[in-house]
Amino acid sequence: MSILVTPDTKVLIQGITGSFGARHAKLSLDYGTKVVAGVTPGKGGQLFENQVPIFDTVEQAVRETGATVSAIFVPPPFAADAILEGVAAGLDLVVCITEGIPVIDMMKVKEAMKGSKTRLIGPNCPGLVTPGTGDKSHGGCRVGIAPGYIHKKGSVGVVSRSGTLTYEAVWQLTTRGYGQSTCVGIGGDPINGTSHLDILKMFNEDPETEAIIMIGEIGGSAEEEAAAWATEHCKKPIAGFIAGATAPEGRRMGHAGAIVSGGQGTAAGKIAALRAAGIEIAETPSDMADALIRRMKH
Amino acid sequence: MNIHEFQARELFAEFGVATQPGSVAHTPDEAETVATGLNQGKLVIKAQIHAGGRGKGTFKNGFKGGVHLCDTPAEAKDFASKMLGQILVTHQTGPEGKEVGKIFVGEAVDIARELYFAILIDRATSVPVLIASTEGGVDIEMVAENTPEKILRLSINPFLGIMPYQTRLIASSLGLTGPLMNQASKLFTNLYRLFIERDCSMVEVNPLVVTTDGRLIALDAKFNFDDNALYRQPSIIAMRDITEEDPREVEASKHSLNYIGLDGNIACLVNGAGLAMATMDIIQHAGGSPANFLDVGGGATREQVASAFRIILADSRVKGILVNIFGGIMDCDVIANGIVEAAKETGLSIPLVVRLEGNNVEAGKKTLAESGLKLESGENILDAANRIVAAVKSAA
Repeated sequence: MSILVTPDTKVLIQGITGSFGARHAKLSLDYGTKVVAGVTPGKGGQLFENQVPIFDTVEQAVRETGATVSAIFVPPPFAADAILEGVAAGLDLVVCITEGIPVIDMMKVKEAMKGSKTRLIGPNCPGLVTPGTGDKSHGGCRVGIAPGYIHKKGSVGVVSRSGTLTYEAVWQLTTRGYGQSTCVGIGGDPINGTSHLDILKMFNEDPETEAIIMIGEIGGSAEEEAAAWATEHCKKPIAGFIAGATAPEGRRMGHAGAIVSGGQGTAAGKIAALRAAGIEIAETPSDMADALIRRMKH
Repeated sequence: MNIHEFQARELFAEFGVATQPGSVAHTPDEAETVATGLNQGKLVIKAQIHAGGRGKGTFKNGFKGGVHLCDTPAEAKDFASKMLGQILVTHQTGPEGKEVGKIFVGEAVDIARELYFAILIDRATSVPVLIASTEGGVDIEMVAENTPEKILRLSINPFLGIMPYQTRLIASSLGLTGPLMNQASKLFTNLYRLFIERDCSMVEVNPLVVTTDGRLIALDAKFNFDDNALYRQPSIIAMRDITEEDPREVEASKHSLNYIGLDGNIACLVNGAGLAMATMDIIQHAGGSPANFLDVGGGATREQVASAFRIILADSRVKGILVNIFGGIMDCDVIANGIVEAAKETGLSIPLVVRLEGNNVEAGKKTLAESGLKLESGENILDAANRIVAAVKSAA
């Protein structure tokens, strides 16, 4: 098993005809992911890459193809609407890649999603990958923008707010012979659909996941909450890395959520919380896989 | 994005939030005219720069204080002439100070009580919260730490907005009774409307004051706006004052580069915000000091890499450059070509260490090796950081 998606998961792409969406839809198809539908209002009836049917609405796409997961690539002003369209269509999982959605829009989306069965990952995230068993993990489920070929089928779960730091961790694992169950980028915005803690709980319950890398950064308190829970409930080895120790207070470090304010959300505070939970700390981003291997061996 | 105090007062006026009467002036004559139009009584003159600590600051011409009280329009004009065009140094400006181009001239108020009121988006609950305290005019973080019982927090339902009972609850907890309760309800309601309609991420009124003549007014305020929402807030964008910003950051924003200037001497150029932060950290870990945060983004072009190099090299503090790229989808050879082009064009003369990993990395490394440029390659991020720190130290 894996978490959230398997190689059999049927994926649809909202915004499949935009340049960003089209490029990554093609890469997912090349990776062997079951991309079964695209949605672009006004382009229903056309085919993407001569094989994937395009629909005007998510509801239609779900009804015709049985897709259960969506990846959103629409521009920020339309992203809140796209997420709620996916929710209304009854999808299990909506992964919002879009960066730059106003916080007030996301606040309303979260309130509107209360009580729905849909899980949201993101926004402003790289998405998730469950590696396949083929060459360079071909045949896996790639939802979003992560490079597929760096993965390897295996038993380490990776969760992170950042895209490139996730790829670093995955590549370090793969080159050391450690494969991954599922790798999830939850996104760098202050309000997101799924937290470190949510993913940690899923990895804990997933029999295939034997160890976990959790990557965080300055801002908020999501890493601390996940660490506190892990102390009591998670017996699987965890390694952690926190970025932003040198970031000046009060500045947004690229990600809208990566900001230290009023002395809260510092890297030092998060590292201390992770250590207290028995999580092996990677001192540098070069040390993420090795930190996990150290933790697994003792 | 930050705004000036006088701009905050203009926003208050637009949304019916009671504040100190007054206006901005750009010349001593204008200061006198503004003062003449105000109610007679004490006047306050305040230098308009983004940095805090203005009252205790000193001008480079020796004149003390960026905030003054006076009695007549003629005195206001005199103070204005001593402040306008001069450089004010405060504990937040650094020794170089900030030139004062505008001042605020307002009616001074007699304060009976100082309170605190703020609205922000709470990340843990994903809804707006109101924060109020009887301890105004001081650092609220200290209040939260020492006397948390003096801080009231109320969550707002994003679809209902602020409810009248909630405004009364806060007023009551602040001891605002009688006619002050109505003033408070109106002020809190209008401030919430301003918060939502202008896409703020935080509005902090500190102090919120009760005057000796029984008025409740927002005396000083700090605004933070959601950068993601600026595309739909033209009136807020119009308030941007680029003379208050780091010129390196202004230039970077023209090229859609995510850049934040720091004080160190090792510049970094990275793809991805998380990796960019981690690269700054590892420079410090290796014994160096980062000069900037710079995320060229997941789909950086050759032109963007070249612009990034120009911005980095325009900073005379920079003594070495670390490029750290994990090319997941991005082709490492395209990046390598961008680096070579930019380094040749800018006549690079300081140490450069490049760490490339990912898609088509062998071709990228070959391009760098055959470029004839004096650069080192890092095996991994730590190795690259150690190399650039050593190179900068040996060059010094």
